[in-house]
Amino acid sequence: MDLITPGSGLIFWQLFGFLGLLFILIKFAWKPMLAALEERESSIENALKSAEIARNEMANLKAENEKLLAEARLERDNILKKAQEASNKMIEEAKTEAQKQGAQLIENAKAVIETEKKAALADVKNQVAALTLEVTEKLLKKNLSDDASQKALVDEFVKDLKLN
Amino acid sequence: MTRKFLVLSLLFSAFLLFNTPQSFAAGSEEDKTSFIMHHVKDSHEWHIATFGHTHVTLPLPVIVYSSDRGLEFFSSTDFQNHETHAFGKEYAHEGYYIDEHDHLGRVDGASFLELSITKNVVMMFIVMILLAWVALSAANHYKKNGAVAPKGAAAIIEPIVIFVRDEIAQKSIGPKYKKFVPYLLTLFLFIWFGNLLGLLPGAANMTGNIAVTMTLAVLTFIITNVNGNKDYWKHVFATPGVPIPMLLIIVPVEIIGLFTKPFALMVRLFVAITAGHIVILGFIALAFIFESYTIGVVSTLMVTFINIIELLVATIQAYVFTLFTAMYIGSAVAEHAHDDHH
Repeated sequence: MDLITPGSGLIFWQLFGFLGLLFILIKFAWKPMLAALEERESSIENALKSAEIARNEMANLKAENEKLLAEARLERDNILKKAQEASNKMIEEAKTEAQKQGAQLIENAKAVIETEKKAALADVKNQVAALTLEVTEKLLKKNLSDDASQKALVDEFVKDLKLN
Repeated sequence: MTRKFLVLSLLFSAFLLFNTPQSFAAGSEEDKTSFIMHHVKDSHEWHIATFGHTHVTLPLPVIVYSSDRGLEFFSSTDFQNHETHAFGKEYAHEGYYIDEHDHLGRVDGASFLELSITKNVVMMFIVMILLAWVALSAANHYKKNGAVAPKGAAAIIEPIVIFVRDEIAQKSIGPKYKKFVPYLLTLFLFIWFGNLLGLLPGAANMTGNIAVTMTLAVLTFIITNVNGNKDYWKHVFATPGVPIPMLLIIVPVEIIGLFTKPFALMVRLFVAITAGHIVILGFIALAFIFESYTIGVVSTLMVTFINIIELLVATIQAYVFTLFTAMYIGSAVAEHAHDDHH
């Protein structure tokens, strides 16, 4: 057989053999294989995509959490500030109230003292008047008998007075 | 590395000594090299080995169709000397003979069609069965396990499938590549398996046979032109942007171009594989020509070296044939949005 002359038998068998092989392989090998490969590739792609989505969601969630946290922190600071203000105000008010009440008490006490003082003075005056009257009466009684004794008596009374 | 190389050489030489017909080596100068062409060409019988005067051969069926005698079946042993296994016109059988060049002829000179199962046909069937077995067991893996990570035969075939699909089909054909992937895959694996198995000692030079490469090239030619779209044919018969007088030259050139593409495919594979076999056998023949042990050692080393290169060539040629097929198909199905750049 010649090197560069194609043999008819070989062409015949090659043609039908190859077409047969092509048919069998396409039907039973390449189609299922290519389909499986495509399926696997798409499943990998989907898995990657869903992982990406999950990651994005995680990031969103984290950002949201941080936002919430920041808001909460702000809220807390506000509340604390308000509480501080309120307590300050209350202390201030209590102070003012206490001062006012103290002043009132002092005022009242002063008034009472004044009244007591006035009453005491009045009392002293009354007693002095009564004593004077008594002394005068006794003097008047003594005077009638003896001048010297009267004088002694007055002295005596005056002494008594001092003692009192 | 060197040690491995030497061991490999020794192994190859044992195979080659076993397979080289000693009878050729013992004869005249011409006989010492004639086994090269004998190996490279197709044959009506598969000569495996010769021990002294005993030829170990696989007789093959000779099938002939003629309009006057119909379909006839013979055995290759009908046409040869049973002692020497030599073919010749003197061993004619029922009006047919196989001459000393392994050519089937008819005694009365009438025309006939030969459909014999020759050495290369058997080789082709071996390649096909092996390929089918590997591919089907690979596909079976997916059928059984669904779209999971490949194992076994699937692990071997899958990277090739992905390579052919993504690197050859998708890149050369474009968006319509899916339809052609099965053909390209079969083509690539058939040529590759054929090339590799052809390198085995005693194997036939199947992918280095012009009938085989021609059939493959014709299939590519048919697939390319059947799928040719309007732009493709317009490019051939009314090349855009070319003045009408020039078309008289351009159109015949384009038409010739349709045929030179598959012709180049046919010749490239045939020459690359056949040349590789001739080089390897040429180095072996050196040992017989010089009848020297030194040359024998050197040529065995060279044969091992060339064999390793041939492994590369086997893959490259399969890749190139498939790639060019994909590119031709790509040029036939491509959609040209702008014709002005032609």
